Amino acid sequence: MIGTIRIQSEQSIWEKILHLNWGFVLVISLIAFIGFASLYSAAGGEFNPWAFKQMIRFVVGLICMFVIALIDIRWWYKLSWPIYFLGLLLLIIVEVKGHIGMGAQRWIDLGIMRFQPSEFMKLAVVMVLARYFHIVTLEDIRQLRILIIPVFIIATPVAFVLLQPDLGTSLMIVMAGIAMIFIAGASLWIFISAFVLASAAIPVIWHFMHEYQKQRVLTFLNPESDPLGAGYHIIQSKIALGSGGASGKGFLQGSQSHLNFLPEKQTDFIFTLWAEEWGFFGGVVLLGLFGIVFLYGFWISSRVRHDFGRYLSLGICINFSLYVFINIAMVMGLIPVVGAPLPLISYGGTSMLAALIGFGLMMSCNVYRDSKVTRV
Amino acid sequence: MINEGKSAKVFSRRAFIIGALQAGTLCILGSRLAWLQISQGSRYKTLSDKNRINIKVIAPSRGHIVDRFGVPLAVNNQNFRVLVIPEQVKDLKTSLKILQTYISIDEECIEHVLEMAGKVSKFVPIEVKDELTWEEVAKIEVHLPELPGLFIDIGEVRSYPYNDSTAHIVGYVGFPTKIDLTDDPVLKLPGFKLGKTGIEKKFDVDLRGIAGIAEIEVNVIGREIRELKRKDARSGKRIALTIDGELQRFAQQRLCKEVSASAVIMDAHTGAIYAMASHPSFDPNIFIHGLSASAWEELLADKGHPLTNKAIAGQYPPASTFKMVTALAGLQVGKITKDRKVFCPGFYDYGKDRFHCWKRGGHGSINIVDALTQSCDTYFYELATEIGIDKISKTAKQLGFGSKFGFELLEERSGLVPDKNWKMGYHGEIWRPGDTIVTGIGQGSLQATPMQLAVMTARFVNGGYAVRPWITGYEKDSRILTHKWPRMNINKSHLTLIKSGMDRVVNYEKGTAYKSRIELSSMAMGGKTGTAQVRKITAAQRLAGIKNEDLPWEQRHHGLFVGYAPVNAPRYVVSVIVEHGVGGSTSAAPIARDLLIEAQKRNPYKIKLSPKSVVGEKI
Repeated sequence: MIGTIRIQSEQSIWEKILHLNWGFVLVISLIAFIGFASLYSAAGGEFNPWAFKQMIRFVVGLICMFVIALIDIRWWYKLSWPIYFLGLLLLIIVEVKGHIGMGAQRWIDLGIMRFQPSEFMKLAVVMVLARYFHIVTLEDIRQLRILIIPVFIIATPVAFVLLQPDLGTSLMIVMAGIAMIFIAGASLWIFISAFVLASAAIPVIWHFMHEYQKQRVLTFLNPESDPLGAGYHIIQSKIALGSGGASGKGFLQGSQSHLNFLPEKQTDFIFTLWAEEWGFFGGVVLLGLFGIVFLYGFWISSRVRHDFGRYLSLGICINFSLYVFINIAMVMGLIPVVGAPLPLISYGGTSMLAALIGFGLMMSCNVYRDSKVTRV
Repeated sequence: MINEGKSAKVFSRRAFIIGALQAGTLCILGSRLAWLQISQGSRYKTLSDKNRINIKVIAPSRGHIVDRFGVPLAVNNQNFRVLVIPEQVKDLKTSLKILQTYISIDEECIEHVLEMAGKVSKFVPIEVKDELTWEEVAKIEVHLPELPGLFIDIGEVRSYPYNDSTAHIVGYVGFPTKIDLTDDPVLKLPGFKLGKTGIEKKFDVDLRGIAGIAEIEVNVIGREIRELKRKDARSGKRIALTIDGELQRFAQQRLCKEVSASAVIMDAHTGAIYAMASHPSFDPNIFIHGLSASAWEELLADKGHPLTNKAIAGQYPPASTFKMVTALAGLQVGKITKDRKVFCPGFYDYGKDRFHCWKRGGHGSINIVDALTQSCDTYFYELATEIGIDKISKTAKQLGFGSKFGFELLEERSGLVPDKNWKMGYHGEIWRPGDTIVTGIGQGSLQATPMQLAVMTARFVNGGYAVRPWITGYEKDSRILTHKWPRMNINKSHLTLIKSGMDRVVNYEKGTAYKSRIELSSMAMGGKTGTAQVRKITAAQRLAGIKNEDLPWEQRHHGLFVGYAPVNAPRYVVSVIVEHGVGGSTSAAPIARDLLIEAQKRNPYKIKLSPKSVVGEKI
């Protein structure tokens, strides 16, 4: 088996480029194009202020993606911990700055773009967990004590992100982390008992909560009970989606979105705008394109011959799918509003860049799928 | 390494579970989308059509106009109005008829609403009635459920606490006409009024303020559900005037005894206007509350022209008040000195024409000071002939005649200083020496406004500074309390000579205004009378000895007086014109005397202004 491994660092640069998944690049370009069209429509048929900037960001992101994909996977293996700690440091800086600036701050201003460390932290957590489980043997992973370090890896950034406060992002880090532990092969009993414990705790916590706190939780879970407050966006979003019908109102004709009933139409609620204008047909096409992206993730993870690459590529795929699911479920009124963008489509530099960097790492796993990653 | 295969196997199993979860979630999202867009599509489509946003313009509060002490001359009162949105009414006429059963609305008003409804967009509210009483508001509120599309709104209505006393200065507001319509959104508000005359017009944009905007979500019947966005209106600026409100009221009331008269009180040094009265006047509040056609006809028919601010727009021959100008022109060209005497036999002959002095029998041999004191016409006939019209008109223009000052009040008129070119251009005739002679005593084609007479007087008594009138202390956002005026190139000894003549007009027993003198020496006034002929006195009338006061009102002379006080250190100047008041000394001089006493008693120049009420304070 060892004998069959080709030393992939000996591939020529052309071979490497050939190993990039060009079909995959086409799919994410199509998704990004849907984003540009929606942003163009959100601005009332103008490239400014959103669509044009988004295009530039996409091109910059694609270049980053290719560069990352061509860097040897062993470098990424070595850099996992430094990247993780750099991410933590940035989170602390944002927290301190936010305190001084008297308000919730999630970003660092780089001049050309506002950089949100929490977005990159999601990738860093996946990388570090992939590296951790690469070293741990399958026997060890059955033991509970092995899971102490992963819990800290997940909990530390989550604590900082919660302080911002950004509930949506922290939940996503937690879910991605749990998924990583799951795919690494931790005992199913651990998950079952954790689930039972959590379920049992809810009534107890509920019992000790004040009436106004209960009310807030209920409103959060069922926003439509407060149609003029928390539920307003969701009700408007559902009206917009529903009124789109099967075939949609037509490009630039989304009256709900254009009449400003949707305040976040260029960011969190962009799926609504797309599906209002292009109808069920357009919505399904977009869901299908996202499905193809997930399939690529699975395909890559199944080809990779080392654990780090497997965990990393699937972890990124899961992370991306969580983004997509949470955003779309939110705008459809299936889950409470948490404030999460739709990757590749929503206006915003960091989420676009984070998604493309993730895909870059995923493709690096594919290009270097046969590399031997030593357990150090 | 041995476990490599096994771990890959576990991984594949676990990855499959994750993949199944993802596929399941995608399916859930897809079916949710199908449910929303296909099964429920038509329901949401109707909901979408119900969503409407109304953009509501919030009227800014109109800026106040205050006098120099901050006393309000124009303010806003609360105004309850009932409005109707035609779009939300099934049948406008029926709705208004129902409303009529609760409050009284005249037919004219209903017609107006119906007419407006045809003109403007269906969703624009139309004012049905304003200034509702509490009782009416309560009645409408109770019956609102049966009156869809009608609503009550609290607006503001302009009010002028000084009523007719400040009408000509402050002006009034009214509905915008076609020419007033700019892109300012406030103009489209129902019942919005803008400045039509006076300060209200001149500073309309400043006073108006900036409209606010509220975005309101409404349901299908137009009921407001909630406010989405709001940008509050910015109130208009406060405009402070140089006017002393109480002095203004006094002046206006003092003129009431006459049929038609006007007066100006201004500062000799700064040019600030303290009062400017024009009688008869009108109550600007009736313009706000709607003027009936008959009241309007009455205002137009009044022979005293109540709508005209005669203090700046009334043009009269300056008559003998112009003699100071002729005197100055004579002194300037060196034709006379203070000792030069002219013999007055009671008339002046030029060629075949005879020009009469007002005093039959004449003044005898008389010098310039006495000629002013006794207003000897013969002296000035001769002087005018000697210096010529060019010099007289040049001096007159130097003193402010013949052109507008271009100050804040737009209704101002320019008067007329005739000369050779003007006569040729206007009448197509050559200038005759007789024209010069009558111009020398302020008659003929010469015309001046009371404001020009006051400015002339100020320029004589302030040491020769070219003051100009001003009425707001507000200019380019900064406060201006005094103005610096350039010196005119006039010899001080000439001014002293003319001033001593004006002093003696009032304070020397042979002076024409001696009866109107102020006996308190610290308040003593100087001045000059004038009696302007409205029509030529015929030889027959002269022979018959018909007194001017026996003629019909329209044919009587105008009475004029220009004055200043105190004589020793002039501060206040005044000009008074009593239309058809017969004689300057009998009609205008007593009024001027009372005005100067009141001005000196109140002494608005001296009173220290509190920081809050400083003239021209920017708010």
